[in-house]
Amino acid sequence: MHSIDQRFGLDRRVRLPTPLFLDSGVTLDGVEIAYETYGVLDAARGNAVLICHALTGDQHVAAAHPRNGKPGWWSRMVGPGKPIDPARHFIVCSNVLGGCGGTTGPASIDPATGTPYGMRFPVITIRDMVRAQAALLDHLGVDRLLAVVGGSMGGMQALEWAVTYPDRVGSVVAIATAARHSAQNIAYHEVGRQAIMADPNWRGGNYYADGNAPVAGLAVARMAAHITYLSEEGLTAKFGRRLQDRSAVSFGFDADFQVESYLRHQGLSFVERFDANSYLYITRATDYFDLAAPHDGLLASAFVGTRTRFALVSFTSDWLYPTTEARRIVRALNAANAAVSFVELASPHGHDAFLLESPEMNSVVDGFLRAGESV
Amino acid sequence: MSELRADLAAIADAVPMGARVLDVGCGNGALLAVLRASKKVDGRGIELSGANVAAAVARGLSVVQGDADADLADYPTDAFDVAILSDTLQAMRAPATVIAELLRIARRAVVSFPNFGHWRVRLSLFAGGRMPVTATLPVPWYETPNIHLCSIDDFRVLATDLGLTVERAIFLNNGRSIGPLAANLRAEQAIFVLSRNDRESS
Repeated sequence: MHSIDQRFGLDRRVRLPTPLFLDSGVTLDGVEIAYETYGVLDAARGNAVLICHALTGDQHVAAAHPRNGKPGWWSRMVGPGKPIDPARHFIVCSNVLGGCGGTTGPASIDPATGTPYGMRFPVITIRDMVRAQAALLDHLGVDRLLAVVGGSMGGMQALEWAVTYPDRVGSVVAIATAARHSAQNIAYHEVGRQAIMADPNWRGGNYYADGNAPVAGLAVARMAAHITYLSEEGLTAKFGRRLQDRSAVSFGFDADFQVESYLRHQGLSFVERFDANSYLYITRATDYFDLAAPHDGLLASAFVGTRTRFALVSFTSDWLYPTTEARRIVRALNAANAAVSFVELASPHGHDAFLLESPEMNSVVDGFLRAGESV
Repeated sequence: MSELRADLAAIADAVPMGARVLDVGCGNGALLAVLRASKKVDGRGIELSGANVAAAVARGLSVVQGDADADLADYPTDAFDVAILSDTLQAMRAPATVIAELLRIARRAVVSFPNFGHWRVRLSLFAGGRMPVTATLPVPWYETPNIHLCSIDDFRVLATDLGLTVERAIFLNNGRSIGPLAANLRAEQAIFVLSRNDRESS
């Protein structure tokens, strides 16, 4: 037996005792999962809340990042006095399968060879990520989740939880997300992957030995993706056509414009914390995501008979996972007779709005979770 | 319940204990919250305004932001015991379709609306020659969301045309219930409890 660590935000790891069976048919052995927990699991084991992170997120949801000291990526939503509160909830957040924050991914050592997996790592899906989380919860002694909460790719995992483990989830909060990747979503991801694979340092994914990672390609991938996280309105307000530290254009290809300088900075800082191969695998997982696919395209069928409560939130200026995608989920849940709440919140900040200060989002999540706790 | 506005109290009266209820145009969820507390209903709501939806969800209600004119089609047949359309009918693009949809989704519908046959309304038009501005129709014609106003008698005709049974009708004037005599002239507001004819005959 293992005792559950109750300290706030301590980075922990566990090696799964049993193999993970993946959608691709591959079996992955010795999977390690890096996670954090906050709060205490109550005697009835009924107060566990799983937080699912987005594409490039990590398990450090509410505590300072151990390397760069930055506050947790969702400390506006998770923490003392927040809607998800360690005083009330046992909060779990793990790094996704395929990630590079400590959970087994392409940079991990393949026990069969003693060298990093690289591209020998199996292609994974959102459901595989959820399976890994379920195995972690088994380890923590959590049979049933009070709620699964996530934004963006985290929202996909939250929805997948309700479909794959309907009896283990009381409530789902899915924010700024979709039940499938659209052609446009896949297209942007493909640009990012091609940028990585076109970098001569990528070398088929075998760049771990000498440390010369395809950082230029990964930075371009991040720059392209970052544009999709913002809105035109937001970019215009923040940068317009303003120039960077100069009074006139240089008639060259330096970062003349502030928006160029900003994107380059985003790309460069990203490569310090993210593995290029992980980026390939995780973007692939989201591209493959389509909850309706196993049901002849009928999303409602995925939710038939569900007793899980759902809350969906979208943002007006989010064009990556726009309100139409949230409404598609709401329609399906209505057709399945599920208890569903949905609100589109006004924000100029595009997809990133879910990570930013939003009192409306917090009050919606707070009210929704509390109503689920009183029944 | 005594604090509840008279029309909402009359609607609440028509909802049985423990019913599955859909409140169409539920605003900030005030009625659903009362029904949840007093009738232990399994309540859902649809509301156009995002701010209202956020307020309703924050009080723990299951409410989706949507447009009844378009979104009722998403709900399965017989999903609810009671569908409520409170003071919203007159703002619908297609009132007849909405009412028909309510009675597909639910066995019973409770519909409340301002009576355009009320004597004040008639007087305003007949004597004053102006569009009425009254307690139940407080907004001037150029700003009102009301595009399909009707009288009590108009509504009865629509119910008949749609093949619906009027189980009950409650008439309010000045916040008080009044008898059915000349209600089309005397009542500011009406609440109709409707059901499908097929249920009646079975």
